[in-house]
Amino acid sequence: MSLKNPNEKGRFGPFGGRYIPETLVPACHELEESFVEAWADDSFREELDSLLFDYAGRPSPVTECLNLSDELNCRLLLKREDLNHTGSHKINNVLGQALLAKRMGKKRLVAETGAGQHGVATATAAALLNLECCVYMGEVDVKRQELNVFRMKLLGAEVRSVESGSRTLKDAVNDAMRDWVATVEESYYCLGSVMGPHPYPWMVRTFHEVIGTEARMQCEEILGTTPDVVCACVGGGSNAIGIFSGFVDSDAELIGVEPAGGAAIGRGVPGVVHGMESFLMQDEFGQVLEAESISAGLDYPGVGPEHSYLSSTGRARYESVTDDEVIEAFQLLSRTEGLIPALEPAHALAWISRERKYLTGKTVLLNLSGRGDKDVGQMMEILNV
Amino acid sequence: MSENIQIESALRNRIDSGKKALVVYITGGLGDDWIQTMHSVIDAGADVVEIGIPFSDPVMDGPIIQMANDSSIESGATPVTILSDLRDESPASPLAVMTYYNLAYRMGHERFASSLASAGISGCILPDLPLEELDIWSESAANSKIETILLAAPTTPDERLLQICARSTGFVYAVGLLGVTGMRSELADSATEIASRLKNVTSKPVLVGVGIGSPEQAVEACKVSDGVIVGSAIVQEMMNGSSPEEVGELVSTFRDALDKNC
Ligand SMILES: Cc1ncc(COP(=O)(O)O)c(C=O)c1O
Repeated sequence: MSLKNPNEKGRFGPFGGRYIPETLVPACHELEESFVEAWADDSFREELDSLLFDYAGRPSPVTECLNLSDELNCRLLLKREDLNHTGSHKINNVLGQALLAKRMGKKRLVAETGAGQHGVATATAAALLNLECCVYMGEVDVKRQELNVFRMKLLGAEVRSVESGSRTLKDAVNDAMRDWVATVEESYYCLGSVMGPHPYPWMVRTFHEVIGTEARMQCEEILGTTPDVVCACVGGGSNAIGIFSGFVDSDAELIGVEPAGGAAIGRGVPGVVHGMESFLMQDEFGQVLEAESISAGLDYPGVGPEHSYLSSTGRARYESVTDDEVIEAFQLLSRTEGLIPALEPAHALAWISRERKYLTGKTVLLNLSGRGDKDVGQMMEILNV
Repeated sequence: MSENIQIESALRNRIDSGKKALVVYITGGLGDDWIQTMHSVIDAGADVVEIGIPFSDPVMDGPIIQMANDSSIESGATPVTILSDLRDESPASPLAVMTYYNLAYRMGHERFASSLASAGISGCILPDLPLEELDIWSESAANSKIETILLAAPTTPDERLLQICARSTGFVYAVGLLGVTGMRSELADSATEIASRLKNVTSKPVLVGVGIGSPEQAVEACKVSDGVIVGSAIVQEMMNGSSPEEVGELVSTFRDALDKNC
């Protein structure tokens, strides 16, 4: 394994930690212990692997984009997390956490969701493992991702619309944490990205390392070597850290792409919210700013602490793209490769497309973190068809 | 350096006279007359006033304080305006600030602590700053003679309660229930449980807060604790547009109930 583990206080360099109400501190201690113990237990790992492979459809393939490579003058490969059950990488983490919740004797999963992908994945795991499920989702997102809201309900989950603050992912996290404060004895908080208080950033990363491990082997097979560039979108940063984990010890450049309106690393300064110390978009007094992005899954003013660390050491680089560039990229991949991407990974492609000059002749691996079915309605409106 | 014990002394004065302590929370910057409300609350018998400095993401707060937060921020209040509003006041009871850690972090620990001190604030409560992350802040707070009040929760194990009591200054804040701030129809059993666990291990004042919404509930909690913290009930009254005098009258009902029935 090549990414470093956090220190005993849950820090990656200066970032991370555990800034939560006292009520939740014992629950985080218990979670950390349970995770460490489960991860060292072969039977837990086998059970998780069998769910990932036989239920969620892993391994996901790597697809070489012949048409688009031609157009961009690079060699573009896609790690196909869009082919996982429920349509994104989120299922990797959720199956791990839901099994852990079960093992800890919890009866109820609480989750926040932006685009609804993490909510759908959590509702799916809850249905499969016979757990109750309650998902918090900002009112704005409930509207722009109504298909996923219906999916969650079909799967038996309760969806609570969040009407405070930005009415998007940031406030969904607040309400999920408030729920957890009140129900900590019976509920398990199933966080959807590499963020929050220790041990979440580390644990969620660990569950997503399967992306990088597979991709490394697949690239060796296809390319005979590692790619020159590994690129992924960054909301909280879980799909990015998952794929980075396979290449951090290689020569590959690691590029995380944030939305211009939610660029925690690009526009933020260090701060503390949602349990972690990390880069954060905030005003001069420390009030957290509202992110603004076309993509509900990236509409978040913070970022996972390990990305702040990788940025500060220079091992990974963080770029941002505008909504307009994303709309272009969304159509580009659909048209050239017959793959409709989710708006989130369309950010990564937008960067690749914009930087095509720089990338000429290089091999580029893009983490296609999800498929675009959930976004077609929104795109229909945007494109006015 | 001599310790600042304004808050602890004010509470002890009340407790040593055989009475129960009353701490009242109000949201800073809420309405044009919040400073008068503060004085009125003190006149009505609050031993300490907690001034909430609003934060955009208050995860320990329920709907009432969230809304008060939002409306204070919308009216233009910032940590700087709230502290400067307080600078020329000489309230008759000591003040503590209740806010979230990022505001202190952003301003810088030393600067935040010293600006509390120069605004006449004696104490600080940061509900998202647990023991493990406390060191940097508590050093700066001590340098500016600010008392740092720590929270103990119903979920806190016994050994940890000891550490919290050892490091809390001013008083120990016993979180009365599993949940966020807000009024409840009944006092949770956990309120007296946590208070009695704390009373068994500390000689510092133990006050129950979160979920104390009525004088009856305050009296019940004080069967075990040294006093209570009342927040949402008061803030609700402010949000209803009540005058400083009316808010004071509400505080009097708590003061009277505690004085008569405890
Ligand atoms: C397909 C997809 N990719 C990426 C993300 C962003 O999350 P993260 O940065 O944790 O990968 C989301 C979140 O909803 C998503 O649905």
